[in-house]
Amino acid sequence: MPLATYQTSVPVVVDDAKCIADKGCTVCVDVCPLDVLRISDMTGKAYMAYDECWYCMPCEADCPTGAVTVNIPYLLR
Amino acid sequence: MAMDEIVDGMSEVSCDVLVIGGGTAGPMAALKAKLRNPKANVVLLEKANVKRSGAISMGMDGLNNAVIPGYATPEQYTKEITIANDGIVDQKAVYKYAQNCYGIIEELDSFGIRFLKNENGDYAVKKVHHIGTYVLPMPNGDTVKKALYRQLRRARILISNRYMATRLLTGSDGRVAGAISVNTRTAELLVIKAKAVILCMGAAGRLGLPTSGYMFGTYENAANSGDGYAMAYHAGAALANLECFQINPLIKDYNGPACAYVAGPFGAYTANNEGSRFIECDYWSGQMMLEFYNELLSGKGPVFLQLKHLHEKTIEEIESTLHKVERPTRGLFQKGRGNDYRTESIEMHISEIGFCSGHSASGVFVDDFARTTVPGLYAAGDMASVPHNYMLGAFTNGAVAGTDAMEFADNHDFADFDAADVAKERDRVMAPTRRDDGIPPNQIEYKARRLVNDYLQPPKVTRKFELGQRRLAEVREDMEQRMIARNSHELLRALETQSILDCADMAAHSSLYREESRWGLYHLRTDFPEKDNENWFCHTLLSKKDGRMTSEKRDVQPYVVPIADDEKDLYDKQRIRATA
Repeated sequence: MPLATYQTSVPVVVDDAKCIADKGCTVCVDVCPLDVLRISDMTGKAYMAYDECWYCMPCEADCPTGAVTVNIPYLLR
Repeated sequence: MAMDEIVDGMSEVSCDVLVIGGGTAGPMAALKAKLRNPKANVVLLEKANVKRSGAISMGMDGLNNAVIPGYATPEQYTKEITIANDGIVDQKAVYKYAQNCYGIIEELDSFGIRFLKNENGDYAVKKVHHIGTYVLPMPNGDTVKKALYRQLRRARILISNRYMATRLLTGSDGRVAGAISVNTRTAELLVIKAKAVILCMGAAGRLGLPTSGYMFGTYENAANSGDGYAMAYHAGAALANLECFQINPLIKDYNGPACAYVAGPFGAYTANNEGSRFIECDYWSGQMMLEFYNELLSGKGPVFLQLKHLHEKTIEEIESTLHKVERPTRGLFQKGRGNDYRTESIEMHISEIGFCSGHSASGVFVDDFARTTVPGLYAAGDMASVPHNYMLGAFTNGAVAGTDAMEFADNHDFADFDAADVAKERDRVMAPTRRDDGIPPNQIEYKARRLVNDYLQPPKVTRKFELGQRRLAEVREDMEQRMIARNSHELLRALETQSILDCADMAAHSSLYREESRWGLYHLRTDFPEKDNENWFCHTLLSKKDGRMTSEKRDVQPYVVPIADDEKDLYDKQRIRATA
């Protein structure tokens, strides 16, 4: 069966201007319990690659530059 | 290399004691094992990252079960938990916990985790339970993981993050021989030989589907997909009282507690839509959950946590705890809804089902040394069968497990395992990556968990369970024959889906076996509505025998702390009665 891509509004937002992943920082990717954040090959910045979030906050709390914001997923907002 | 590309590879390492799971019990087990024999190698394996993994990823607001001299005695606590868990308790392990936990509190204090003290410098313990006083707030509870991590580094524990353990290896004599794991970023296999293994893999919290429909909006950390329960089962270990589900009273739509444990001692309380109290005590027991459930259905719901009657300063203090630790997005959620504790009560609802001994009593069977029924295999924390043991139980029993496991490792050599077992497991693990076409793991997981909600959620109806088993068997066939994983991250989810389905099967099997009702809502069987002490005052042990799931009875061990007849049903009297 063919697979389709499913649209979803992701809860974790990264401010590219503040994110220093392109300088080698991987803190948010490292601490995520669900392992859903990645560094983009295109922009060099962190982003939410998989919408499998527990909105638990380590990514936001541990980010050294305050670039990460965790929102409540739309389905339970 | 493309994101999460699959690398086909396998390597092997060995250690003396392998601890699987770096949340709460795991770090303490690793520390104590190393302390017992500093020359030995202790490996701490973690599916996520030890810095922020597990139920206490963002810390905890307090200890729910602190037995502190001057406030409570081990005898009193053992009695309370025995009654709260409807008598089905091997008291030795609970009593040992109650004796040891004060020492662990002092040790955590020495790690830099502060507990609330009064003006005299004594611990400021609060009353939430029916009988005794055991709740100790943690004003800097957000620092727990950082404090633990410092200790692990200092003790030179070998930490392997982003490895998901999939199966245990056992020797021909039945003894544990190690574990097989998969790197969640590359899908490479790592075989770890060990003389003793401690499972600290948390609750099975991704079993039911939250009413929000968001698959990862579970009460438990969604990484806790029941992998430890599945691994113990496939290794032949016994699992105790799995029918004693975990169900929690939570904020409606949000997956955190409201939280009566924090707010209750300040004067907040659970009330119905008429503003009236209907339960005597907010401590989470199955009996309390049944009254909660009944109230929701009675027409007097919704149910609320009331705190708008409290003083501004008190509400500020409650907020500062609730919005900082454990589930800090609670504040964000309330703000988004426009809810202010000063003007509005917090609407509550009941959670999805799961297995968790931390809150109820469904866990891998362990004795008072945290030993499972497989020699050399230990379990601690939410997944081990010591009832109602919470975070402090994970620390305390983790310590017991670490010490005893190292003693075992010191006295045994590596058990030999069959290389064919590794090859077989490698095939099983990698199967979803070798298909070109099929069903993605998220759809299989969603369907399995939707069936859990439709058929296995209490009240438990025999006919529904039988139908549920049939539907789940169909999903299992899809999972085994057609599931695909296109990268290593999808493979992680695919493997978790297998744990979830194993847990669903175990939940159904164990529930059908116990032909009575017990533990309030946790095991409310409509076809057997009464408690039947004559036939079912016993544990049930589920295990894999000759490849098949079986259940059997096990006697409750003689009590260490006697319970008087007129005390036995104290937790059955949860509903507030109108008095003249």
